[in-house]
Amino acid sequence: MANDTTKTVLISPIFKNNPIALQVLGICSALAVTTSMQVAVVMTIAVMFVTAFSNFFVSLIRNHIPSSIRIIVQMTIIASLVIVVDQVLKAYAYEISRQLSVFVGLIITNCIVMGRAEAYAMKNGPVISFWDGIGNGFGYGVVLMLVGAVREIFGAGSFFGYQILSLTKDGGWYLANGLMLLPPSAFFIIGLLIWALRSWQPEQNEIPEFKITENTKSEGAM
Amino acid sequence: MSKSNDSISKTLTVAFILCLVCAVIVSVSAVALKPLQNANQEDFRRSNILVAAGLITANEATKDRIAEEFAKIQVKVVDLRTGEFTQDVSVETYDQLRAAKDPAQSFELDEVAIGVKRLENYGLVYLVGDEANPDRIIIPVRGPGLWSTLHGFLALEGDGNTIAGMGFYDHAETPGLGGEVDNPNWKAQWPGKKAYREDSMQPLLGLSKNPDGVHEVDTLSGASLTARGVTNLLQFWVSEQAYGSFLAKFRQGGA
Repeated sequence: MANDTTKTVLISPIFKNNPIALQVLGICSALAVTTSMQVAVVMTIAVMFVTAFSNFFVSLIRNHIPSSIRIIVQMTIIASLVIVVDQVLKAYAYEISRQLSVFVGLIITNCIVMGRAEAYAMKNGPVISFWDGIGNGFGYGVVLMLVGAVREIFGAGSFFGYQILSLTKDGGWYLANGLMLLPPSAFFIIGLLIWALRSWQPEQNEIPEFKITENTKSEGAM
Repeated sequence: MSKSNDSISKTLTVAFILCLVCAVIVSVSAVALKPLQNANQEDFRRSNILVAAGLITANEATKDRIAEEFAKIQVKVVDLRTGEFTQDVSVETYDQLRAAKDPAQSFELDEVAIGVKRLENYGLVYLVGDEANPDRIIIPVRGPGLWSTLHGFLALEGDGNTIAGMGFYDHAETPGLGGEVDNPNWKAQWPGKKAYREDSMQPLLGLSKNPDGVHEVDTLSGASLTARGVTNLLQFWVSEQAYGSFLAKFRQGGA
């Protein structure tokens, strides 16, 4: 851990150690805010900001945090940052903040933020922690945007709000897949993404906890 | 970590300083951004008035467009007790929601309707076109749904009876169920419906499982309480307790 470079902490969370695909954190918000690209991008930026700065501040005071209250200290820092993000969105991106609604506030409970603060920032310097936060926030965002792209294209026939497939209800040829706009579709897409990623990088596969033994009594069963 | 970090005094000091710093950051951002947020909310409220009235579609609601269209609207104050226009309060400064909570500016209702015990003396109306013969009459409506108070606007044609549109700009109903009051397809059912029974001022508009096609629209499935709340609040605001006596004049033809 100590010999992490800025480059590795930035790059590795994208595919090698992706917070959603490998660590399987932050699924809840990934289901909710991926119906369109615009929302996914704003959410990505918000999460990157929060993870980066919460890592930075936690790391800055890591030598002074009493271990008995370290979680609540991290939570306080994260919560403050999230409120600031929420206020900024309400002031400068009102329409999007209405779409994100409660999910900006729920960044507080996003396991990725807490996870990085506890696992990385408590043990590493502020600058490298900051980049680690950026990297992990972006790793989360990459999945968010991939899922968002698939859901928006197939669910609404558009990309960033621009119609690219003409919908049957407007006289076009594409019948929008309503399932894509509902949260379960994100489960399928994330599942498929994880499958694809682990086929490409088999070292991400977890070691099976147990092995199913071969059926030794096949004769008896017949 | 060293042991001193875990002493009680260190724990308390860290907790106190952290809270102080975070509190300052949060309050500074909240206070500093308040004017911008208020401006956004005001624009959003205006765009809702315009969308409810069918003057713009939700996609066209840019800042300039809102300002341009809103300039065509006359805002007037109506005395809800008599249904007459009044000059008693200034349109610019009057805050209807605040007045509703102020005993000096509100009165007690004889019948307690939709959980509203007091009603403000004066209500705002938004008129499109001529004051005596408006194209559209837009009134603010509010009332409890399941979780929250719904705030919105009801737009009526110049006859004070035919509905031109309806929309809520603030509520916290269950997304996907009661939250479907924001669904454009559902809202599209409203235009053309009549608010009142024929030749009477009895409100009949609302949501129903079997809409009669004249006054009622399809209810929202899975949202009985929100639907009941919306029906009640719409009926209340067009009833003679609220804007009814004002609207009655338009039904008889001209104020």
